[in-house]
Amino acid sequence: MSPKTLYDKIWDAHLAHEAEDGTCLLYIDRHLVHEVTSPQAFEGLRMTNRAVRAPDKTIAVPDHNVPTTPDRVSGGMNEESRIQVEALDKNAKDFGIHYYPVSDVRQGIVHIVGPEQGWTLPGMTVVCGDSHTATHGAFGALAHGIGTSEVEHVLATQTLIQKKSKNMKVEITGKLRPGVTAKDITLSVIGKTGTAGGTSYVIEYCGQAIRDLSMEGRMTVCNMAIEGGARAGLIAPDEKTYKYVQGRPHAPKAAQWQAALNWWKTLYSDDDAHWDKVVTIRGEDIAPVVTWGTSPEDVLPITGTVPAPEDFEGGKVEAAKRSLDYMGLTPGTPLSEVKIDTVFIGSCTNGRIEDLRAAAAILKGKKIKDGLRAMVVPGSGLVRLQAEEEGLADIFKEAGFEWRLAGCSMCLAMNPDQLSPGERCAATSNRNFEGRQGRGGRTHLMSPAMAAAAAVTGHLTDVRDLM
Amino acid sequence: MEKFTTLSGIAAPLPLINVDTDMIIPKQFLKTIKRSGLGVNLFDEMRYDDDGNEIKDFVLNKPAYRNAEILVAGDNFGCGSSREHAPWALLDFGIRCVIGPSYADIFYNNCFKNGILPIVLPQEQVDVLMKDAEKGANARIEVDLAAQTVTSSDGEVFSFDVDGFKKHCLLNGLDDIGLTMEKAASIDAFEQQASAARPWV
Repeated sequence: MSPKTLYDKIWDAHLAHEAEDGTCLLYIDRHLVHEVTSPQAFEGLRMTNRAVRAPDKTIAVPDHNVPTTPDRVSGGMNEESRIQVEALDKNAKDFGIHYYPVSDVRQGIVHIVGPEQGWTLPGMTVVCGDSHTATHGAFGALAHGIGTSEVEHVLATQTLIQKKSKNMKVEITGKLRPGVTAKDITLSVIGKTGTAGGTSYVIEYCGQAIRDLSMEGRMTVCNMAIEGGARAGLIAPDEKTYKYVQGRPHAPKAAQWQAALNWWKTLYSDDDAHWDKVVTIRGEDIAPVVTWGTSPEDVLPITGTVPAPEDFEGGKVEAAKRSLDYMGLTPGTPLSEVKIDTVFIGSCTNGRIEDLRAAAAILKGKKIKDGLRAMVVPGSGLVRLQAEEEGLADIFKEAGFEWRLAGCSMCLAMNPDQLSPGERCAATSNRNFEGRQGRGGRTHLMSPAMAAAAAVTGHLTDVRDLM
Repeated sequence: MEKFTTLSGIAAPLPLINVDTDMIIPKQFLKTIKRSGLGVNLFDEMRYDDDGNEIKDFVLNKPAYRNAEILVAGDNFGCGSSREHAPWALLDFGIRCVIGPSYADIFYNNCFKNGILPIVLPQEQVDVLMKDAEKGANARIEVDLAAQTVTSSDGEVFSFDVDGFKKHCLLNGLDDIGLTMEKAASIDAFEQQASAARPWV
């Protein structure tokens, strides 16, 4: 048998049909659904009298535009958001799919709820009408975002029309230095490869620094594979993966657990597998980073200075000019002198319990800078509960943070959590695009610990100075 | 889905790299439960000021390009979110074809599902067409999907590649789901075999 990558193995195990021209039907094990990219798909099913083929494999949760303030159920939602959420309520009921409504304590960001409930398992194919579906790759699953037409296609047929992507290996060798996190890894990779560096590839992250990460850290790394342009990012499962999965509500039990484990242990890239592209970064070379511009590839160590357009080449010169103008930054300014107005800790990238612990460790016994707006938005209702039990919520509140309910919140500002024009935010989310967090809003991406450090000082800060 | 065969239209130049889907259609317009009506908000934050007035300099606000059917774009067009609202907004405005050196994966796929042809050409050829588009309404670019060619207003012809299956669907306006359902027997067989091999899924 010819050697295979992990991606090859998962692909082969899900190939339901292959046409002569190489067009494939890939079987989908888990279809996650949220309120923004699904209404038109369900409408399409109704218009054509089609059913959901595998409702047991379809899981829905509203997250994008639900408010995260305590009054959200009693009327904190605007009319348009309410219509979308009610449409999902109705579609979930009419089509008989698994559903976590806004009122359910398990509600949260779809990419946090899936793993938390044990829906996401090694070796699966997972799709969702959301580009950050890549998150689930942390379990050694092939997981990627799809458009609404494809959502409808999966609902109706449980398959996706696909052509196979190429294999790319991203190896992070050695050990990370203190203060460096999974977020710094994933941003540094994008900084090196660019936002189109992964286009037409599926990335497998490997190497000692990846092995050393917890499951939550691995989810942060895979989450941003899409920001590097990749179709998906994944990490081979290991003991940490099995331990994380075991005992979750929808994980296999008893004899099935053993059968699953036996298969999962075959899910790794063979030693002599073929890679179309290889990127290697030394873990020791990664520093705590922040973004300075309006593309996730605009990454620099916090010890750096704002670049000038002439530092770049080609179309990037014009893009950097536009970014600097939008971000209101002057070339040559030390990044650690950039003052911020707002701190946002949350999102499918960094809204899990370990992220909140990392931020709370910096904030314990400290106050946020006067005049700053700061919020923590747990990724799910269960993360929120756990953080309350561990005393993290009190640390955040005493520091001056708002303690919110679960949702996508200010990561994409489809809900009331938004930046005003010119407002500058230290954010743990995944996109610093123009207008992403609100029209005219200025986003700097970073790790939860770095965002907490910025909250204390009021400017972008090297977290190592506070450790 | 509407067929795409040939198109002769005005091309609007948008020479920016990494145009993301938040730029194409900002999130506040994703709250619709329909596919139509998004054209008025296409490129909203580049197209209108804070008071909702048109920004004169933006290409689609210029008289020459108000009826553009083709967009000539920069590298990595459509990066970011999976929102199909991006091609819906382009289509609703009247754009049936985008020409650029590269696209983000999900956006590229989403275009084909909506009768929009995203054409990939080498940067030098996109540069020629970008200049052509800058001439305004008198410069019409012609696209022929069957022949896989783009012809500039000066008659220069460029050939492009496109996946055979995607081309077939676009030329005939075919519905993917209907085509896949013809393979129901294969899906049934796979499902049986997979549930025996991996009953925990």
